[in-house]
Amino acid sequence: MSTVPFAIPRPTYPTGVWSWITTIDHKKIGVLYGVTAFVLFIIGGLEALLMRIQLTSSNQDIVSPEVFNQLFTMHGTTMIFLAVMPLSAAFFNFVIPLQIGARDVAFPRLNAFSYWTFLGGAILLNSSWFLGGATNAGWFGYAPLTSIEQNPGHGIDFWIISLQVLGVASLAAAFNFVVTIINMRAPGMSFMRLPLFTWMTFITAILLVLAFPVITVALIELYMDRTFGMNFFNVAAGGDPVLWQHLFWVFGHPEVYILILPAMGIVSEIIPTFSKKPLFGYGTVVLAGAIIAFMGWMVWSHHMFTVGLGPIPTSVFVITTMAIAVPTGIKVFNWMATIWGGSVDFKAPMLFAVGFIALFTIGGLSGVMHAAASSDAQQQDTYFIVAHIHYVLFGGAIVAIIGGIYYWFPKITGRMYNEMMAKVNFWVMFIGMNMAFFPMHFLGLDGMPRRIYTYDSNMGWDFWNGVSTVGVLVLGTSFLIFIINIVTSWRSGETAEADPWDGRTLEWSIASPPPEYNFEVIPTVYDRDAWWAEKRGKVQHGVPVGGGSDEEEHSIHMPQPSYWPLIVSIGLIISAYGLVFHSGNFIVASVGLLIGVIGVYAWAFEPVNEPE
Amino acid sequence: MFIVNLRSRRIFSFAVIGAIFVLMLGCTPSHNQSTFDPLGPVAANQLFIFNVIFWVAAVIFVAVEAALIYMFVKFRRQPGDGDPIQVHGNPKMEIAWTIIPALILVIAAVPTIDGIFFAANPPPNPAGGPALEVDAIGRQWFFEFQYADPNDASKKIVIANELHMPVAEPVVFRLDSRDVIHSFWVPKLGGKVDMIPNNDNSLWLQADEVGEFYGQCAEFCGVSHANMRFKVIVESRTDFDAWLQEQAAPAAETVDPLALAGKDQFRSANCIFCHSTGRGSGIGPNLSHVASRLNLVGLLPNAEEGSFVVNDAMLQENLKRWLTDPDEIKPGNIMSREADAYNKPEFALDESDVDALVAYLMTLK
Repeated sequence: MSTVPFAIPRPTYPTGVWSWITTIDHKKIGVLYGVTAFVLFIIGGLEALLMRIQLTSSNQDIVSPEVFNQLFTMHGTTMIFLAVMPLSAAFFNFVIPLQIGARDVAFPRLNAFSYWTFLGGAILLNSSWFLGGATNAGWFGYAPLTSIEQNPGHGIDFWIISLQVLGVASLAAAFNFVVTIINMRAPGMSFMRLPLFTWMTFITAILLVLAFPVITVALIELYMDRTFGMNFFNVAAGGDPVLWQHLFWVFGHPEVYILILPAMGIVSEIIPTFSKKPLFGYGTVVLAGAIIAFMGWMVWSHHMFTVGLGPIPTSVFVITTMAIAVPTGIKVFNWMATIWGGSVDFKAPMLFAVGFIALFTIGGLSGVMHAAASSDAQQQDTYFIVAHIHYVLFGGAIVAIIGGIYYWFPKITGRMYNEMMAKVNFWVMFIGMNMAFFPMHFLGLDGMPRRIYTYDSNMGWDFWNGVSTVGVLVLGTSFLIFIINIVTSWRSGETAEADPWDGRTLEWSIASPPPEYNFEVIPTVYDRDAWWAEKRGKVQHGVPVGGGSDEEEHSIHMPQPSYWPLIVSIGLIISAYGLVFHSGNFIVASVGLLIGVIGVYAWAFEPVNEPE
Repeated sequence: MFIVNLRSRRIFSFAVIGAIFVLMLGCTPSHNQSTFDPLGPVAANQLFIFNVIFWVAAVIFVAVEAALIYMFVKFRRQPGDGDPIQVHGNPKMEIAWTIIPALILVIAAVPTIDGIFFAANPPPNPAGGPALEVDAIGRQWFFEFQYADPNDASKKIVIANELHMPVAEPVVFRLDSRDVIHSFWVPKLGGKVDMIPNNDNSLWLQADEVGEFYGQCAEFCGVSHANMRFKVIVESRTDFDAWLQEQAAPAAETVDPLALAGKDQFRSANCIFCHSTGRGSGIGPNLSHVASRLNLVGLLPNAEEGSFVVNDAMLQENLKRWLTDPDEIKPGNIMSREADAYNKPEFALDESDVDALVAYLMTLK
């Protein structure tokens, strides 16, 4: 053994709760992410339901304005950072190593750390409800409303520190996936043979690495203003609240592409599989994704069209924002061309994928309407925007994610979900979604602003608000159906075969669920859609790019579990609470930091268990 | 191409009519803040641009959704089907559906940018001379308006919650805020511009019809953001000038004993600390002509629907409601939170104090 301080043997729990707590297996971590994020999605949904009940008709006082303002702030923050992003991470985790022919990610312990830190951040943010009140200044937290004078409680601090913690989790995961995809592809899997979901994950991970530092800086500046009397956004001392907006939206716009690109990747897997045709224009779709990610950095001030930047900057951002519709449209047309001429099996995953196209198109078209800054001056900060964001984020990202859950369910659990229930799930969700959000287009153009807890009876807004609330109830029902389907099928669904969909990519070439080591022999890849090429015998046996695998010479080498990622996360969360309450001159924060530093040191030097 | 038989033609027509019906339900120009009832050139220009983009988008929407429905029916796998032809792409088509959307967007961009410059530059005043300027200041949670005194340009007239404009003239609003970011929005006259502290935002609007227009704050600004509303009264130049002279006059002197008792209350309960009855802009709205306003605190109407004459009975009831429990009407308002009368027992108002104050405030016409 070594003489490294804090060295402890690696945990060896083959089953049970401890096996989950100490796991570094990407498949288990994917399930942890998925279940946790789904629970948080339901919490965010309940926050929305409360708001919708309050807004069903005019002048209601079911929910006070103080609580309502916390609800919409937490709903937005939860859905973006605690639901959609980690649900995407669940897929990155489970699917990427399988699609590229690897046994795990590049940094398995870092992967576990990402999950525990995400869970810690979620608990931290939601504990604010019980510790003095949740954050209440909107998920975008505009200065000066977030200043210590306007908001003396700890709610805003909970928001700031939770986002920093979640940022650490996201960055760790992003680095992990960038390195994994670059370094751990099976022999022969060149970049242009990657499954499209892997490509979109790669692009998303790069966006995460570049975008998160911007909000990190913005949040540090806000924390400094609130805690140490600095004046970044304090007008009285020469600061500028518009600086916050620029920093936030330089992060915020790439963030929405972070939210949608994985969903587009999922849809790009489902459609070819169920159409029995390759993705139409693979190269174009990859390029369009990369262009969207690149151009996403040039459009941020379309969130600021009413801030008074001046006609020239406003016009520039109109042009860049309209331009980004072009690669987005290309993807939609390419997906449709994939279905065209195919032999299409409309099983549940395919219904969700087609539903994605139908709904995302509506959101995309209203997005083009917002791009026109002049007419946007009437739409900005109204329910027309709320309609747009929910069509792209719910009708887009969530619908694709639910489709992805059904698609990969057999692979993850080894069981088939109930197909009839899943189809009913889709139709109830589709109807509910449109009932809930389409009327918001009308309300917005009828002059109803966002973020209002009530409205007067003479405005004419009662009817469509009522319809929208009924739609949300229908949506809620669809999620009950989903939960029942997933839970009962996981327990007692029909056993799934390895390849229930006649799939195209490598994850379908191994058992359902996969063994711990994924592939008995790392495959050699000769073509795009590697598994389909092998099955249909159209493999061109040329020299695989990158040489062959030498693994047959050794036994399968798997990473070993560890306690330290969880311990470092715990240190980070203790530190986080210390920063939120910053009492006692930051003693608690320092203790947490110390635990974290010790944990990282031990992690870096910990030995592996000797083989038996 | 895909309307191949009578049945699918019927379904398609029904779907189109249904869609148009649903969309028409969404256009309700009679509603108070509808953007489909533009009554000034800025709003009209912005609606025109919306319509250009909307109808193009509607065509694309119908085409995409119809294609999806067609594919749903036409390419369903049949039992015994083999693999379809493995088409990998078609560069010509992909180029086409790159270039055509780009051209459509250019067509949308030109009037858009034109509209941006139109909204940024007020036209010359048709009556000659400079355009009327009004300072609009966002406060938590009311709008304050300041006009140059017509008799002495170095002085300001300070009012709240109700803005008057002469018809058919451009008016320039210089926007500011005393606290957080607010947004100035009168949907029937034009789009919004944010009111940012220490910032030189401005917008111009013109109303082409006389009447009463609804405005609302459109940037989340705290607890009572939803209650931060105002009215715009558009009238003839003559009527506007007369109104401005009334506002420029000092507050009315009264001899009614109850009102005089109320005036004493106003001082002894420390209302005077925050509310000016002269030309001041204090922590609270200026009250020198509060009894002439068509709504109280931006929320409670003082006149019948459609009337421009204050109904004293309504005004009295509103003032009493407000002074008795302001937090019930505008939750979180600064008067409830910080004024002595609502926070220190020795300054608390009982019902007779309230009645006296109401009588006094009603004399401030």
